[in-house]
Amino acid sequence: MADVTVIGAGVAGLTAAYTLHQRGVGVRLFDPKGPPGPHACSWWAGGMLAPECEGAITEEPVVRHGRTAAAFWSQITNVTHNGTLVVAPERDRADLTRFAQRTENHATLDSASIADLEPELEGRHRRGLFFAQEAHVDPRAALADLWGAVENAGITVETAAAEPANINGRVLDCRGFAAQHELPSLRGVRGEMIVLRSAEITLNRPVRLLHPRHPLYIVPRANGLFMLGATQIESASRAQVTARSALELLSAAYALDPRFAEAEIIEMGTDLRPAFPDNIPRVVKRGNVLHLNGLFRHGFLMSPALAAQAADYLTTGTKGDLFHED
Amino acid sequence: MRDFYGVTLDNPLMLGTAQYPSPAVLEDAFRRSKASVATVSLRREGGEGQAFRDLIDRLGVHVLPNTAGCYSAREAITTAQMAREYFETDWIKLEVIGHGDTLQPDPFALVEATEALCADGFKVFPYCTDDQIIAERLIDAGCKVLMPWGAPIGSGIGLANPYALRTMRAAFPDVAMVVDAGLGLPSHAAEAMELGYDAILLNTAVAQADDPAAMAEGFALAARAGQLAANAGPMPVRDMAAPSTPVIGKAWL
Repeated sequence: MADVTVIGAGVAGLTAAYTLHQRGVGVRLFDPKGPPGPHACSWWAGGMLAPECEGAITEEPVVRHGRTAAAFWSQITNVTHNGTLVVAPERDRADLTRFAQRTENHATLDSASIADLEPELEGRHRRGLFFAQEAHVDPRAALADLWGAVENAGITVETAAAEPANINGRVLDCRGFAAQHELPSLRGVRGEMIVLRSAEITLNRPVRLLHPRHPLYIVPRANGLFMLGATQIESASRAQVTARSALELLSAAYALDPRFAEAEIIEMGTDLRPAFPDNIPRVVKRGNVLHLNGLFRHGFLMSPALAAQAADYLTTGTKGDLFHED
Repeated sequence: MRDFYGVTLDNPLMLGTAQYPSPAVLEDAFRRSKASVATVSLRREGGEGQAFRDLIDRLGVHVLPNTAGCYSAREAITTAQMAREYFETDWIKLEVIGHGDTLQPDPFALVEATEALCADGFKVFPYCTDDQIIAERLIDAGCKVLMPWGAPIGSGIGLANPYALRTMRAAFPDVAMVVDAGLGLPSHAAEAMELGYDAILLNTAVAQADDPAAMAEGFALAARAGQLAANAGPMPVRDMAAPSTPVIGKAWL
């Protein structure tokens, strides 16, 4: 008999199930769609473990908790510890200064030191920032590895739908935007991404290109693939990638390195990030149910801390800073 | 007192709703500044943005939809019509951009779109340059409000051409006028209001501040200060000192 039922096998649910198991709690997991795939918001993630960079645009708890994420993921999957490079077009240099003022743990780079890190970008960017301590994962590989770890731990995974109200005992609801009917302040924030393939280009680490409207980044993946993300639009539409967003994302890649003009477009994707009004993830207690939700753009960065706080509460009654009572 | 198509604003601050770190911060900025108007973009937030729409409704302010990102009269007209239906208001901040780098209004397309929209019953708030002839054409087309730029959108420069804004204010004493775009600091807002403008509109300077709500409040206080000064009758500027206390009868060396 399981002590806790986890609903939803996206990044939040799998991380929670794994963390609870580590703490000696009996867990069963429900997801009607089975293993992680395109139905999960985390499938479309960038996989950057970049708490320092996020500090430029998000609240302090995300930076603080995000710093613990790489250690968690290192137990599960291959984590690349190569840091993050941030560059801006010459005309937006003021934005780079601003970004530097709002973040910590970075070094300022000139053209030569950018070339040392990324030889193929030599001569293309005159100023940048380097966040040496940041890391990244391939989110689809990480989800598959986490699924494997959950199965190896002997956690029963049931491919069935489950409503918290129909379950006896304690429930962790990790359904993301699908739990919106129970969390009225949760909203969807549309994000769009593109996967490109280029045999010509090698990048050693994620590169962020400062953009007036969207935090754009390119994350290198295996086999010449590059993930280009992501727009951030206050809309709960799941319609296909718009022409405008595709133009913006592709122009960013082109501005970073014009050779991306010849890259193949392998995939375009859209999904909704579940977010609370302050964009900070929460553990929300409602009766017997704990909701782990609102991971917004920080699924891989914040799910370990969120899962840890849920586990703390379930095992010791401790309420962390992400804990809310409804 | 000049009004905005019959509406009197109790606070001369109009705030944009884009680029905030989160909806909670946006809401806080409106609450602390008591801004009276929220500009909203249909193109990006429209359609399925029910959560955003609920947030705007909750602010309890006048909603001014805009046509941000439109590059032709036709596109702006269509966007305005969609916005009227979606936000249920005939107010429209008409933005027709001429150039992507400066986001400078295209005055010719702006006049064309204004004529069509005024004829269709819209109450147009045109985002225009500080050119008097364009302003005349916009008024001829039916505008009762003008919104000349302070400086290019998002630049934070302030009032790039105070002379042009001053002469424009003098040229159209009966038209409600808003300095829109380019403001970076509360002192810019005070300066615009001291020139006799009826309101200021900004977004980036607040949304991109480290503490948007505090910056919004700063702008609101400055706008109010400038408004009080304009109405209080500023003293004339003179070249020589004029003592504020009489010196006759005082011992002086």
